[in-house]
Amino acid sequence: MMAANKSIQEIEAEIVDEFSLFDSWDDKYEYIIDLGKKLQPLDEAFKKDENKVKGCQSTVWLVADYQDGNVIYKAESDAVIVKGLISMLIRVLSNHTPDEILNADMDFINKIGMTSHLAQTRSNGLRAMVKQMKHYALAYKSLKFGV
Amino acid sequence: MSNESITVAPAVNNVLDIEAIRSDFPILNRLVKGYPLIYLDNAATSQKPAAVIDALVYYYTQLNANVHRGIHTLAEEATAAFEATRDAIRQFVNAAHREEIIYTKGTTEGINLVAYTWGRQNLQKGDEVIISGMEHHSNIVPWQIVCEEKNAVLKVIPVNDKGELEMEVYEQLLSDRTKLVSVVHVSNAMGTINPVKTIIDKAHAKGALVLIDGAQSSMHLDIDVQALDCDFFALSAHKMFGPTGAGALYGKKHILEAMPVFNGGGEMIKEVTFEKTSYNELPYKFEAGTPNIADFVAFKPAIEYINALGKANIRKHEDALLSYATQRIKELDGVHIIGEAKEKASVLSFVIDGVHPQDVGILLDNKGIAVRTGHHCAEPLMNRFCIPGTIRASFAVYNTLEEVDKLAEALKKAIGLLR
Repeated sequence: MMAANKSIQEIEAEIVDEFSLFDSWDDKYEYIIDLGKKLQPLDEAFKKDENKVKGCQSTVWLVADYQDGNVIYKAESDAVIVKGLISMLIRVLSNHTPDEILNADMDFINKIGMTSHLAQTRSNGLRAMVKQMKHYALAYKSLKFGV
Repeated sequence: MSNESITVAPAVNNVLDIEAIRSDFPILNRLVKGYPLIYLDNAATSQKPAAVIDALVYYYTQLNANVHRGIHTLAEEATAAFEATRDAIRQFVNAAHREEIIYTKGTTEGINLVAYTWGRQNLQKGDEVIISGMEHHSNIVPWQIVCEEKNAVLKVIPVNDKGELEMEVYEQLLSDRTKLVSVVHVSNAMGTINPVKTIIDKAHAKGALVLIDGAQSSMHLDIDVQALDCDFFALSAHKMFGPTGAGALYGKKHILEAMPVFNGGGEMIKEVTFEKTSYNELPYKFEAGTPNIADFVAFKPAIEYINALGKANIRKHEDALLSYATQRIKELDGVHIIGEAKEKASVLSFVIDGVHPQDVGILLDNKGIAVRTGHHCAEPLMNRFCIPGTIRASFAVYNTLEEVDKLAEALKKAIGLLR
């Protein structure tokens, strides 16, 4: 995992840096679409109702695994821009401890302009995804401490 | 249509001065994402001309008072302005009597009113209500609720591949148990204009009443409830250049009179004691509580605006937009139009191979183009076509052929990027 040694804050800062190079929203979208196209497809077996994230106009499936104290996320969507957003969320949150994930403020979404640029319905989708990812982190944390 | 043919924008041969009309709508001056707004979501809600916005301001700066009650000048003037809209609506739909026009929040409330009053009073176990496969959720859910409550049966007229109602099946569905047929005049998702006159006549032959959902049709088609002979007709102001939260339900007088009241409260009563309440006469018996006065006052200039333009002129321009847009969209690779009925109004719904509607909507918005993506509150219809949703461009009289060109160009670019 390439992000293993970097903190969530460091990865967020990297993404903010990358986005600062774009002159226009066209370029940002082109980049996000490209990320979406490159996102590793989710195993078909995971594409079932219980893995769907509610609150998104497009369908999003999200699954999480717990390995060596870290939460590993995998996700996919039927819409490519959403896949690009997922790709960024996974890059930021995946392979970190539940505590790190729960404490992540995800401010990079604001800093790269996604909250202001995406319409309410869509950013709700983004928010729903983050919320679901944090739910998984909380679930694994509870498991760890046997709550 | 051959793909090789070069599309030429049709010459605009119209009595309407579209540029002048555009200047009546302040919002069309704004920029979205740095581009001039191209508003193609008119089936969701239309924009408002200055006359409507001014009327709202005028109401609150000059007239504001509660209606029907006060003896003072403001109350009288507010009541007069509020009631003048009822006359304008009566004329607009050609109802025989002004008390046949019930003020509602919109089409949805109009349909719910009929379901909860007429439906609860008249539907019995085994009775049948017929709707169609292209209904908006607002003309499905109220009937499901009341049919379940009354053990009545909800039947659905199927939709063919072109997005038209299967009229021969409709005739088979009609029976002596049919009590009500409730269908949409113009489909919000596909633009199909349904043959409502035939639907009404055939229902009446079986003794059933008919409700027409006129949310989409009121702006585009001439509405004559007497010629149609429909029993109910529901419309929304905000889809006809008017404010949100205002609408009307037309009902035949003798039917409305026999119906039980809807909401209880002030205005709808004649006399109240703790033992017994007697109800006000039409239309007030259905209008409990302080109404949405300002928005009804501002609804009148919207109706006048449509009348001044002339429905036939509006329709002619919209038809030119629709047919040009259809032609331009069909030139794009892998685009399929959902709803190719012979009779259509102002709505172009389509899907694109390998591309999610939401992605297209985001990229179009990034160019200042507002379209609707999704299921358009007509999930059963989307299931009928086995699609999760469509991209929908819906036109109003202030849209232009140049905007259609920009839509087509932006779509082409979006498809290139997304595939």
